Amino acid sequence: MSRVDDYKAIVGENEINDLQLLADRLAGKSIQNINSTSVGGGVAEILTRMIPLLKELGVDASWDVIKGNEQFFTITKNIHNALHGLKRKVTEKDRKYFIEVNSENAEELDLSADIVFIHDPQPVALVEKKKKNKWIWRCHIDISNPQPEVFGFLEPFLQRYDAAVFSAPSFGRRDLKIRQVLISPSIDPLSDKNRELPQSTIDEVLDRFHIDRERPIVTQISRFDKLKDPSGVIRVYKRAKRHSNCQLVLAGGGATDDPEGLRILENIKKAEEEDPDIHVIYLPPSSDIEINALQRASTVILQKSLREGFGLTVSEALWKARPVIASAVGGIPLQISHKRSGILSYSIEGTAYYLQELLNNPGYAQTLGKNGREEVKKNFLITRHVRDYLLLFLSLYHSEDLVHL
Amino acid sequence: MNQGFHFYTQYALVELLGRKAATPGELLEGIRSVPVTSIYYHTHEFLKKHHYLVPQPPNDFVLWLKDILHLERLGEAFLGVDTITFHSLEDLRAEFIRILEDYISEGGFVAQCPSGYEFQFMACRTFVLPTPYVAHDLAEFGQMLHKIGIHSLYFHVFEARIRLGITEENDFSAWLRGIGEEALAQEISQLDPYYMTLENLRSKLIGMVENRVQGR
Repeated sequence: MSRVDDYKAIVGENEINDLQLLADRLAGKSIQNINSTSVGGGVAEILTRMIPLLKELGVDASWDVIKGNEQFFTITKNIHNALHGLKRKVTEKDRKYFIEVNSENAEELDLSADIVFIHDPQPVALVEKKKKNKWIWRCHIDISNPQPEVFGFLEPFLQRYDAAVFSAPSFGRRDLKIRQVLISPSIDPLSDKNRELPQSTIDEVLDRFHIDRERPIVTQISRFDKLKDPSGVIRVYKRAKRHSNCQLVLAGGGATDDPEGLRILENIKKAEEEDPDIHVIYLPPSSDIEINALQRASTVILQKSLREGFGLTVSEALWKARPVIASAVGGIPLQISHKRSGILSYSIEGTAYYLQELLNNPGYAQTLGKNGREEVKKNFLITRHVRDYLLLFLSLYHSEDLVHL
Repeated sequence: MNQGFHFYTQYALVELLGRKAATPGELLEGIRSVPVTSIYYHTHEFLKKHHYLVPQPPNDFVLWLKDILHLERLGEAFLGVDTITFHSLEDLRAEFIRILEDYISEGGFVAQCPSGYEFQFMACRTFVLPTPYVAHDLAEFGQMLHKIGIHSLYFHVFEARIRLGITEENDFSAWLRGIGEEALAQEISQLDPYYMTLENLRSKLIGMVENRVQGR
């Protein structure tokens, strides 16, 4: 695991020294993070890296995971999709069960930390046990246009928090009366998923998955999830394939809280059977090196999501200086300045057009990739994220706009 | 007795106001009613986020008016606001209001904002804290300009002047006058930091200080 000082070579000594100055101001405060899965998905990934760094800075940080069965996670998946705006039914029975599972977890967990930091909707109802301590709800998904009845179900819980944290400006809501803070998530440049790799490792991964090293590789890395639009990616590839002898790699996994993922995977596997240049790769949670290698080997990386919370796979791809074409949804426009550090697209036709453009103009593609890496270095690395969280925790104890620490 | 120059740094936590604008009229209403920390965020915190871009975009309002609404003339009116001549954020707000009122009263424009691209009003909470760096003379001051982070540089050049209203000039010039470096203080005061990246500003300051140290 990386040490705080290891980041000095990437972001500079001052940035790291300042983190320590801020962390020192939190002496004596305990912070308990709670989410619904310890592996898979961006939240678990961030917490896996973040908690050790906070501890090394002297912050009393911990992480607990709530328990739930398949029924609970099917309900929370529906809630997740409904908050993203998709039509999903969350019945009265579902709501009762959701609250019941939260109550059971609340009985088992010690919720007495100075700051209880809840991630995403699954554990949101734990707040019913709130006492005089501070509670923060970290929302990683786009709730700008949710299904009203599902948001209405969650709203009474949300109003009990001291603050909510969102990943993009448009996610803020006027009907939430609590403080709302903007904190973008981040990637860890020293993790297996993002660190530099020797060419031999990249080649080995390509060979293992029978991907031709000599021809262009178009890749989308994401969970096999309807909202990531893998079938749309296949349509984009088929359009580009008319004029370019490229290959498509669709690689990803499924989190333990995502029962829908395996069904989607089965559907796109059928496309793979019809075209040997389509590679559908199901990756278990321990596949960070493979993801890193596939991204680094890619000629162009796509992220054709229909909805996104933030879209951390975009930051990962940009960090590797790859040209990226991504849908202008959720937090993706925060990461890409159109035609400067990547391409924002709105349709299958547009994505296919830009894909052709980048495949045929490697110089332009390289410039986009270089600028994209700089954008991530300045704004989307874990050190900036740690700093924002430290400021967030400190802000709970200061009501003034200008705080002298 | 010279007390030395103690370098501070500052960081901001961005807050969402849940308020958005899709037209110049809604932008005007928003600018009128948001807290002053929102005006500060959209004109100043913005600089830090984009400090590596050349040319650096001037502020959030200009980007939205030009890139999203394609109201070039209005965007250029905002572009023409000479931020450094304003000594308070309320004065700056009043200027934005004046520009928008004039533009809207003239009419003759069509503004179409695509759904999802509205101007999102934000604000920020600022945290100021001391760094370990203290300069006791001009030579040390020059050396420390190499070491401090851009957030510290930003604090002393922008924050103290317009947000805190401590001085009518930047912190560095105020201290330099105190140690008898009147000419250097004046030279730094005349820089317009809004027209350069923070790293370029750092290089200019270091050059000025080192020239003075070597010339003594």
